[in-house]
Amino acid sequence: MVRFESVGLRYGQGAEVLQDLSFTLEPGSFHFLTGPSGAGKSSLLRLLYLGKLPTRGLISMFGKDVVHLKRDQLAALRRRVGVVFQDFHLLDHLSALDNVALPLRVAGVAESEIQKHVPELLAWVGLGDRLHAKPPVLSGGQKQRVAIARAVIGRPDLLLADEPTGNVDDTLGTRLLYLFEELNKLGSTVVIATHNEGLVARFRHHPRLHLEGGRMVPPPAGG
Amino acid sequence: MLAGRTDLPFANDATGRFLPLVVTLMVFLAALALAAMMAFHGLVGRWNRDVAATLTIQVPVATGPESAARTKGRVEAVLKLLTETEGVARAEALALDRVAALLEPWLGSGDLVGELPLPRLIDVALEPGRVLDTKALAARLQAVAPGTQLEDHRVWLSRVLRLARAVEALTAAVLALIGLVTSATVIYATRTGLAVHAPAIELLHLIGARDAYIAGQFAGRAFGLGFKGGLIGLGLAVPTLYGLDVMAQGIGGGLLPDLRLSIPNWLAIALLPLVAALLATVTARLTVHRALARMT
Repeated sequence: MVRFESVGLRYGQGAEVLQDLSFTLEPGSFHFLTGPSGAGKSSLLRLLYLGKLPTRGLISMFGKDVVHLKRDQLAALRRRVGVVFQDFHLLDHLSALDNVALPLRVAGVAESEIQKHVPELLAWVGLGDRLHAKPPVLSGGQKQRVAIARAVIGRPDLLLADEPTGNVDDTLGTRLLYLFEELNKLGSTVVIATHNEGLVARFRHHPRLHLEGGRMVPPPAGG
Repeated sequence: MLAGRTDLPFANDATGRFLPLVVTLMVFLAALALAAMMAFHGLVGRWNRDVAATLTIQVPVATGPESAARTKGRVEAVLKLLTETEGVARAEALALDRVAALLEPWLGSGDLVGELPLPRLIDVALEPGRVLDTKALAARLQAVAPGTQLEDHRVWLSRVLRLARAVEALTAAVLALIGLVTSATVIYATRTGLAVHAPAIELLHLIGARDAYIAGQFAGRAFGLGFKGGLIGLGLAVPTLYGLDVMAQGIGGGLLPDLRLSIPNWLAIALLPLVAALLATVTARLTVHRALARMT
């Protein structure tokens, strides 16, 4: 589904923040992406959600070499990827319902379908009574659930989450992980970037992609 | 469409006030320029049609005894010559009271007109597309009625037409400039919008929005603002044009050419808000596409 070969990334003329990354994500797999701050987790996620293209190497997603795609073809690939951003990236002027509906609207889904499915999903993540609330009046946890709902509403083939438990307590963090496992069982390939070692230990049955200094290395012993 | 839901937070940005204001002014000016252009175009067309195919012949009144009878004889001789001339479709002597009516704006309606030795006028209609040798005709007229003058309107008309066409071209240029200024304003407003809403646009891209989707958001916004501004501009222009029309009618008396707008002219002016809105829409869409194509 996703294949990286000798991928490198630099911003502008700076040093490479990712170097020689080679790995494969099989369909239906579940990975943690770990590493210390500054290791390159967010940059790797950015490559995975096609927010950046690599400065060298090859990235193949869903059978396509992303470097040689046209803008509209890249947009079509992005619609197959759901992302939970670390700081949620919700649009403050839109209600929770409209935020979650965004991926469907950009994909041209009929409004009747949107009005049917989005409230159902928001109810499923416990926000059935907050459909019309806008992000500024939602708590951190509620925003996170809106962001997760937006990431999964399009039934993405690849689901990415950047520190999804960063703003919530351990109990809610664990519940969120169960939610991602459910989505994984429904068919999405999942990659979760986190530095929450406790959480990773609790879900140790999932493999890890571990970054240090922009390179992929084996996770530390006991991790 | 004027207040539809948009994914980008347009509601609070300054272009919402700035763009309609500019479009209001542009549509107001465009309505005036378009009205002038259409009025002149109509006038030129009528003149071309009415005057190019006509000649006017002045037969001086005879003096001395039985002047009336002799004048009548001269007129009849001229009419006979004209009807026998190839290319003349119709020749008609104007009645004296009509001549008096034509001179009334200058000479008043008193008895003065009746006392003056006004020349008799003969209105000649030529066959369509026919070119007449006016010099030869004038010479033949002199032979049957000495002192007869032939006025070929085409000489006078060609100068008037040149002026009218220059005015027409000028108003067309003004309209083009108005269109350019409107487009430039929309480009500026759209670029500002792209910069202000860059984070939201990036998010839309990341969740898979095509450039056309984002351009559509800006285009819809530009249409709404352009149409709103256009309607206000039209609302200001119509009473202005109507007022000018009423004032022109008030002068009357044949001093001013007929510059009244026809119903199709008014309909064309009424379409200006839509034209402005469509221009804004297309400009915004192209601007966004070009700007996004430069982004990675």
